[in-house]
Amino acid sequence: MPEEHAEPKDRSTVRSLLRLWPYVKPVRKRLFGAALIAIVASCIGLVIPLVLKWIVDGPVAGRDPGGVWLGALYLLLLGLAEAALFGVRRWMVARPLAGVEAAMRADLYRHLQRLPVAFHDRWPSGQLLSRGTTDLMLVRMFLAFPLTFLLVNGTTILIGFIILLMQQWTLGLVLLAPVVPMVILCSVFETKYSLVARKAQDQVGDLTTVVEESVLGIRIIKGFGRHRSQALAFRALSQRLRSTELGKARLLAGIWAAITTIPELAIGAALVLGTVQVADDGLSAGTLVAFLSTALALRWPIESIGFLLAMSQESATATERFFEVMDVAEEEDDTAAADGRAPKDAARQGEMVFEGVEFRYPDAEAGSVPVLSRIDLRIRPGETMALVGATGSGKTTLTALVPRLHEATAGRITLDGRDIAAMPRKELRELVSMAFEEPTLFSASVGENVLMGAEGAGEEDLRRALAVAQADFVYDLPEGIGTQVGEQGLSLSGGQRQRLALARAVVGRPRFLVLDDPLSALDVHTEALVEAALRQVLEETTAIVVAHRPSTVMLADRVALLSEGRITAVGTHQELLRDSAEYAWLMSGATSAQEGAFAEDAFPDPSDEDRLVPDVPAEKGRTR
Amino acid sequence: MTSTTTGPADRRDARKKPERPSPSDGAGDQFDRDDLPTPRGATRTLLMSLLRPHRGRVAVSALLLLIQQAAVQAGPLLVAYAIDSGVPAFRDKDYGPLIAVAVGYALCSAAAGGMQYAFIRASARINQDVLLDLRGRIFRHAQALSVDFHERYTSGRLISRSTTDVESLRELLSEGLQELIGIVLSFVSISLVLLWLDFGLGALAVLSFAPLYLLVRLYQQRAGVLYAARSTAIAAVIVKFAESMNGIRPVQAFRRERINDRHFEDLNNAHRWSNGGALLEMARYVVGSRLIANTAVAGIVLWGAYRVASGTLALGVLAAAVLYLRRLYDPIDRLGMFLNSYQSASASLEKIAGLLAQTPSVPETSNPRELPALTGEHPGREVVFDSVRFAYRTGGEVLPRFDLTVPAGQTVAVVGSTGAGKSTLAKLLARFYDPTDGRVLLDGTDLRDLAVPELRRGVVMVTQEAFLFSGTVAENIAIGSPDATREEIEQAAKAIGAHDFIAGLPEGYDTDVRKRGGRISAGQRQLVAFARALLANPAVLILDEATSSLDIPGERAVQRAMDTVLHGRTAVVIAHRLSTVEIADRVLVMEHGRIVEDGAPSELIGGTGRFAGLHRAWRESLA
Repeated sequence: MPEEHAEPKDRSTVRSLLRLWPYVKPVRKRLFGAALIAIVASCIGLVIPLVLKWIVDGPVAGRDPGGVWLGALYLLLLGLAEAALFGVRRWMVARPLAGVEAAMRADLYRHLQRLPVAFHDRWPSGQLLSRGTTDLMLVRMFLAFPLTFLLVNGTTILIGFIILLMQQWTLGLVLLAPVVPMVILCSVFETKYSLVARKAQDQVGDLTTVVEESVLGIRIIKGFGRHRSQALAFRALSQRLRSTELGKARLLAGIWAAITTIPELAIGAALVLGTVQVADDGLSAGTLVAFLSTALALRWPIESIGFLLAMSQESATATERFFEVMDVAEEEDDTAAADGRAPKDAARQGEMVFEGVEFRYPDAEAGSVPVLSRIDLRIRPGETMALVGATGSGKTTLTALVPRLHEATAGRITLDGRDIAAMPRKELRELVSMAFEEPTLFSASVGENVLMGAEGAGEEDLRRALAVAQADFVYDLPEGIGTQVGEQGLSLSGGQRQRLALARAVVGRPRFLVLDDPLSALDVHTEALVEAALRQVLEETTAIVVAHRPSTVMLADRVALLSEGRITAVGTHQELLRDSAEYAWLMSGATSAQEGAFAEDAFPDPSDEDRLVPDVPAEKGRTR
Repeated sequence: MTSTTTGPADRRDARKKPERPSPSDGAGDQFDRDDLPTPRGATRTLLMSLLRPHRGRVAVSALLLLIQQAAVQAGPLLVAYAIDSGVPAFRDKDYGPLIAVAVGYALCSAAAGGMQYAFIRASARINQDVLLDLRGRIFRHAQALSVDFHERYTSGRLISRSTTDVESLRELLSEGLQELIGIVLSFVSISLVLLWLDFGLGALAVLSFAPLYLLVRLYQQRAGVLYAARSTAIAAVIVKFAESMNGIRPVQAFRRERINDRHFEDLNNAHRWSNGGALLEMARYVVGSRLIANTAVAGIVLWGAYRVASGTLALGVLAAAVLYLRRLYDPIDRLGMFLNSYQSASASLEKIAGLLAQTPSVPETSNPRELPALTGEHPGREVVFDSVRFAYRTGGEVLPRFDLTVPAGQTVAVVGSTGAGKSTLAKLLARFYDPTDGRVLLDGTDLRDLAVPELRRGVVMVTQEAFLFSGTVAENIAIGSPDATREEIEQAAKAIGAHDFIAGLPEGYDTDVRKRGGRISAGQRQLVAFARALLANPAVLILDEATSSLDIPGERAVQRAMDTVLHGRTAVVIAHRLSTVEIADRVLVMEHGRIVEDGAPSELIGGTGRFAGLHRAWRESLA
C-alpha cells in the first residue's frame, strides 16, 4: 500500500511554519497579546516568592501580626491577578485558534474541490483527509503551546541568565557553557526527528487509506471472505507505524535525556565551583543560594524546550503536508485566451465540434501513446451522437473533455462555435450537463440530488426529469422526494441511482448533454421506457451518448466508432453495421458464422436465430 | 483512572437524550446522529481491557519516574549539604565532602537523564502497543460487522473512529500517563511532607483539595458534553470531506463547489464552535484551579505567619512549608491538561466503544461445520432455500416465504424488474444477510454453520460495483486467492479476456492502479472482478449485474469463460441483459419477492409468460 509521497522539500522547520502566517495574521494581535500576558503572568510567578521572602524577613521576623495580614493580602491579590491572567490568555486564543484550524480546513476543502480530476485520480482521499484532520489539529496545538511558550520560556531563560550573570558572572558562564552543545544536539535532533515525523504522518495517511478502502470495498472483502487477510494487511501497516512511532520516541527520549542531564551537570559544576569560592570568601553563601535557586527555577523552561521543539517539528511537517496539496495549482480560467469573444455565429448555435483533439494524462511518460489523438468530430445542432468503442478505447476520457474535467492537450473543442478552453469553467459546465457511468449521489434529499443539475429549476422541472428517468420509485420512498440518500441516507440500488443521475443530467434542459453509458444498470423493461422518454429530451439538445448496446445506440442519430484513441468511422447504425467489421463485432459480439453457432447452441429456437446475425438490418430501423 | 467514580457512559445518561420517536426507525436515528448506544460502563471497560495486559510495564514506568523524581529532588539537599558541610570542610583542607557533592550531583544528573530516557521509551512502548491493539480491534470489528451495518454507518465515520478518535487516545497516553503518575506522586509526597512538618498547616492544605475536587468534577461534566459534541462534529466534517473527494467528478461537472463550500462551512463552523467551547472550558478550569490554589496559599501563609508571629510555630517550618506549598499546586495545570486529554479521549473512546458494541447481524459461528467432501466429478454444490423469509430490520418485507432448490452444477438466471428481490436472493446466498426465517443450505449445511474460509470456498459473489483496492492489478486479482501464483493469476485474466488490457498497461500486472497510467475503465474493472472470482474457484458463483459495464464482446467473452471454466459449478446469475440467459440451464422470473416463472429458457421463451415478453423486447433492443 505504499503511496508515492511527494519528496519532502528541503525546508527548515522555521520556514515551513512561517508559511502559516497568512492564517495567523488575522489573529496575530490576540496571539501576541496572549503571549505578552503569559510573560506578565510568569513574572508575577517570580514576584510571589519575593513577597514570601518579604513576609518572612519583615512582619514575621519582627513579630508583627498586623503586618502579616497585609502580606497575606498582597499574596492573595497577586494570586488572583495570576489566575486572571492565565484565564485571559486562554480565553483570548481559544476561539481564534479554533478559527485558524477551521479556516485552514475550509481552504483545503475549497482548494481540493477545484483541483483537476487528474489530481484526485492520483491522491487517495484518505491521504487528503488526514491532512484535513490530524495535521490541522497539530498546527492548532502548535499555535496554542509551542509558539507561545517558546517565546515565554525563551524570554524567561534570557532574563534568568541576565540575573545569573549579574549575580556572579563566573558561575553564570559555567551555566552558559552547555548552550553550544545543546544547540548542536537540538539541531541534529530536529533534522532526524523531522524525517521520522514525516514518515509517521504519511503512514497514518496510508492507514487511513486502508481503512477507507476496506469500507468502500466491504462487499468484495466479505464476498471473498478476505477480512482476515485484510486485517493482516492492516496490522502490518499499523505495526510499521508503531515502529516508526517507537523510533520517534527513541529520538525524543534521547533529546530529553540530554536536556535533563547537561544543564544539571552544569549546575553541579557551578555548585562545586561556588562552594570553593564561598570557602575562599570570594562569594557569600546567600548569593550562592540565590544563584542556585534561580538556576533551578530555569530548569523547567529549559527542559520544556525539548518537547516544544518536537511539537514544532511535527507541526512543521503537518504544515508541509498541508501546503504540499495547497501548492498544487488550481485550474485557472483563461478567458483572455483565443476566441473567448468569438462572434456568435447563429449557424453554429448548438453545435459541438472536436477539432484535432489529443489527450494524454498529465503524468503520462513523455513519448507514450496519447489516450486520444486526432479526434475530429462534428455533432450538428440537435443531433445525438453515439460513441461506441471497445472497453478501454477512451470513450469515458473523451466525454470528460467536454466539461473540461480533463483538458485536451492539443486541438480544440467548440460549443456554439466557441472554444471551450476560452470559456470560464462555470459557464461551460452550465452549458453542458453530464451523467456519469458511476452514478454518485450526495448526502442530501432525492430532490436536492436531482436539482443540483440546474440552478433555478423548480418543482415542475424536477417531476419532469424524474419522469424522463422513470424514477417514479422515489415517490414510494419513506419521505418521497425529501428522502435522504447518499452516504448518510438510504442506500439505493445501482439502477435507482443511475436513474437519479440521469434525472440530474436532464433536469435543467441543457443545450449540450453528455451521457456516459447511462442505462447500463437498468433492466430491459425500464430501459425501454427511459429510452422512449429520453428520446424527447434528446430532440432538443446536442448530445454525446456512450453506448455499449444496440438499444442505447438507437437513441442516437449517428454513431462514432472510437478505436484505440481514434475515431475510425462515423455514420448511422446501419451504415456502420454494414461497413465496419469492428462495429458489427462490438454490437453483436459475433465475428463470424462460428460465433453465430455459439448463439445457436444457447438458443435452439431457430426462429430467433436470424436476429442475432448482425448483418441483417433491424426490422424497425430506427433512424430518425 | 482519576478519582472519579462515574464513567462517561453515566454522564451520557445524565444528559437524558430524548426518547426515540418510534421503535421501527429508531436504529436509523442513531445512525443519523452518529450516536450508537454505548452500554453502561463500556468505555471504562474498554480502556481497562486495553491497559490491563500492560499492568506490569505501567508499574515499571511508574517506578522509573519515581526514581527520576527522586534524583531531581535530591539537588536542593546536595546544595544544603555543600553549604553546610562542604564549605567548612574545604576551609579545613578536607576535600572529601565537596568531592562527594560533585560525584553525587553528577550521579543524580545522570540518573535523572537516564531514567527519563528509559521512561520515555518504556511508556512509548506501552502507548504504541495499546494503540496497535485498539486500531486492530476497530478494524477487525468493522470488518466483522455485516454489510447492512456498513450500508448505514458511513465510511467517513469509520475513518473518523479509527483516526481522530484513536489519535485522541494517543494524546492521552503519550502525555497523560506521565502527567498522571507525576501528579499523583507529587500530590501524595508533598502532602505527606507538609503533614509531617506541621499537622495543622498540612491538614489545611489537604482540605483545599476538596474545592479542587469539586472543580475537577464540574469540569469533567461540562467538558464531557463539549467533547462528545466535538467528536460528532469532526465526524460530520470528515463525512462531507470524504464524500466530496470521492465524488469529485459530479462535484465539478455540476458546479457544486460553491454550494459544497457553504455546506462544509456550516459543518466546519459547528466543529470550530465546539472546539473553541472546549478550549474555553479549559480556560475556566485553569482560572478556577489557580484561584483556589492561590487563595489557599495566601490563607495558609497568613495562618502560619500569624502563628510564627505569636510564637507557636518555628520560622524554619513555615519557610519550608511555604516552599513546598508552591510545589504542591504546581501540578494542577498539568492536571488540567491531563483532564483535557482524558475528556477528549473518553468522548472518543465512548464512540469507539459504541462501535465495538455493535454485534454483527451475520455472526460467524463458533463451532463451524465442514462441507461434505465433493463426490461428483464436477465442483458444484446444491443450493436450497428452505422456507426463507427476509425482512429488513426496519420492517419492510422483501422476500415472503420462499423455497428454491438449485441442483449442483446448474446455472440459474434470475430476472425480474428492479425491487423484485433478485439482489436480496443473491445476498442471502452469499450470506451478506441472514434470513429472518428459514435456512439457506449448501449441500445440506446451513450457511450459518460454516466458518468464513469454508463459506467462501463454497460461495463467491461478483457484484456490479467493481471496486479496486490500492495496489497492483495482480494484487487485486489475487484477492480471490491470496496464495495464487502469478501464472494462475494470468490464467484467470486470460480466461476472462482481461489479459490483453492488463498486458497493455505500463507495468502490466504490476501496474499500481492508482499510479501513472493505472487508469482503468469501469468495464475493465469488472473484468478484474471476474478474474478475481475465477481465481477463487468457488463451488457456487453468484453474479449480480456483474457485466453491466462490459461491451457486448466483453460480455460474450465472460460468458464463454463461464461456460468452460465454470462448467459443472453451480451459478446464480442476475442480469438485466437477457444475453446472460444464453448460458443458463434454468430461468427464474421474480416479481415482488416471489418466483412467478421457473423453467428452461427455451421452454419459457416459447411460452406466453412474462419471460417470453421480456425476451422479445430484449431481442428487439439488439436490433
